[in-house]
Amino acid sequence: MRTTSKWLLELLLVLLALCFLSPVYLMVVNSFKNRAELYQNALALPSSLSFQYYSKAMEKMNYWTAFGNSVFVTVVSVVIVVLLASMTAWMLVRTDNKLSKIIFMVLVSTMLIPFQTLMMPLMQVMDWIRTNLHLPMLNTHGGLIYMNVGFHASMAVFLYHGFIKSVPVALEEAATLDGCSKFGVFWRIVFPMLTTITITIAILDVIAIWNDYLLPSLTLSDKGLRTIPLSTFYFFGEFTIVWNLAMAGLTLTIIPVVIFYFFAQKYIVKGIAAGAVK
Amino acid sequence: MSKKMDKVWFAVFTVPLLFVFATVVIIPFLIGIGYSFVSWDGIPANPKVFVGFDNYAKLFQDERFLASSWHTIQFTVLALVSVNLLGLLLSLFVTAKLRTSNAARTLFFMPNLIGGLILGYIWQFIFTDAFKMVGEKTGLHSVFFNWLLDPQFAIYAMVVVFTWQMAGYTMIIYIAGIQGIPDDLIEAAKVDGANLWHRLTRIVFPLLMPAFTICLFLTLSGAFKIFDVNLSLTKGGPNNASEMFAMNIFNEIFGYGHYGLGQAKAIVFFLIVAILTLTQVVITKRREVQM
Repeated sequence: MRTTSKWLLELLLVLLALCFLSPVYLMVVNSFKNRAELYQNALALPSSLSFQYYSKAMEKMNYWTAFGNSVFVTVVSVVIVVLLASMTAWMLVRTDNKLSKIIFMVLVSTMLIPFQTLMMPLMQVMDWIRTNLHLPMLNTHGGLIYMNVGFHASMAVFLYHGFIKSVPVALEEAATLDGCSKFGVFWRIVFPMLTTITITIAILDVIAIWNDYLLPSLTLSDKGLRTIPLSTFYFFGEFTIVWNLAMAGLTLTIIPVVIFYFFAQKYIVKGIAAGAVK
Repeated sequence: MSKKMDKVWFAVFTVPLLFVFATVVIIPFLIGIGYSFVSWDGIPANPKVFVGFDNYAKLFQDERFLASSWHTIQFTVLALVSVNLLGLLLSLFVTAKLRTSNAARTLFFMPNLIGGLILGYIWQFIFTDAFKMVGEKTGLHSVFFNWLLDPQFAIYAMVVVFTWQMAGYTMIIYIAGIQGIPDDLIEAAKVDGANLWHRLTRIVFPLLMPAFTICLFLTLSGAFKIFDVNLSLTKGGPNNASEMFAMNIFNEIFGYGHYGLGQAKAIVFFLIVAILTLTQVVITKRREVQM
């Protein structure tokens, strides 16, 4: 009795998992079929494995350039967020005065503002900086990274803030007495103790920035600067949709994500749970 | 001296981030409020005319905007229910110590890592072509037809995609909640003769209230602000029948060049998001059970 119900549950779970997987299955099988075969039966396995649509999709999406752009923008943005947010959060926790509290409150309350409320005036501000201060804020990776840092700052400070509060202050005081500067105390003693939360923040931000479409679409106009979501969007916009080619393109965009997930799965799942609970 | 140095260090550590944050979030937010009171087409050479509350008065008569809010409400309510039901169900399955649990957990979470834009394109193929083909093969035309051409089903299609994306995410949070419930509590209830249903509704669910709070909060704000899936799956179609809030604002500003009116909508959007999330957190926090 017990074992039959357990087997039933097991079977149900496998069925659910297959259901979940079916869109991916459809995407992959159809990326190998020619048009006639696809319209004859979209659900069947392909009769032959040919990668011609993959090389074509790669060429049309400018895949390697987009991939490089995405990696560059994501990595640099996340590194800067982590560095600046950890420093800020540490100072805010260790300086117990009104100013720290106000800064923290402002940072946290702005987390409620949706991107759509900021996008138009943000573009005006960046345009103003470009024309009056001659800094290339628009249509550059640097500008996009700058804005990424601004948008992800508050969440990162919030998570660091909560974590640093539980880190004992005694070690830092001892180091200060030994003549360590604030910089030394932070980088040599505090930052290494924050590794758990740093991984959480880095993972949350990597996922968000890698997949972001709207902000890059507003700031980048040169073809050569496009990130993966952008080049996918233009890939779908430029041609009337040829599904086999489209499916090959989509598979290509998902492969890096799957590889990342495969290697960092443990941290991702932990990070998501930790990040959400806060 | 040391007091003064402390202040300098404080500035060195916090100013870089605060400067970026101010130029990217605070200043745009404040001047955004200003933009909502002018009429402007976005061309720098053209004048910005102050119109007071005209934009706000106008947006409440904008039928397309009101329709998009109705779509968003429908979508959010349906998504809230389906994401959390499925997420909870998956978490119960996965924590039932089955042989396939770990593999299943990995799999259920994966769609969450794929961006909304790309998910929308995958499902566009499924709803337009795969569904049609299944309909032709099986004769179940009432379920398997092109959902994206039907005004109501286009919204349901978005719920399906959003659920596929978010169920695994809420599952992770529910799992953390379930693992926090002491085993002896469940065992004691078993000894007392509580069946599975009673154990779930009397012990597990009340103790999961903190997880519910988080998940409801996340799905609510995620669903309400949805844009990417909307853009890639339906483009707001057919005939704007699935255009959501965020997309309406985007189109008003960058599509029609009504910068003032669009920004007024964006401010209203912000107010609704803020009120919704704050109320939701207050209500659920009150119902949490202390252990």
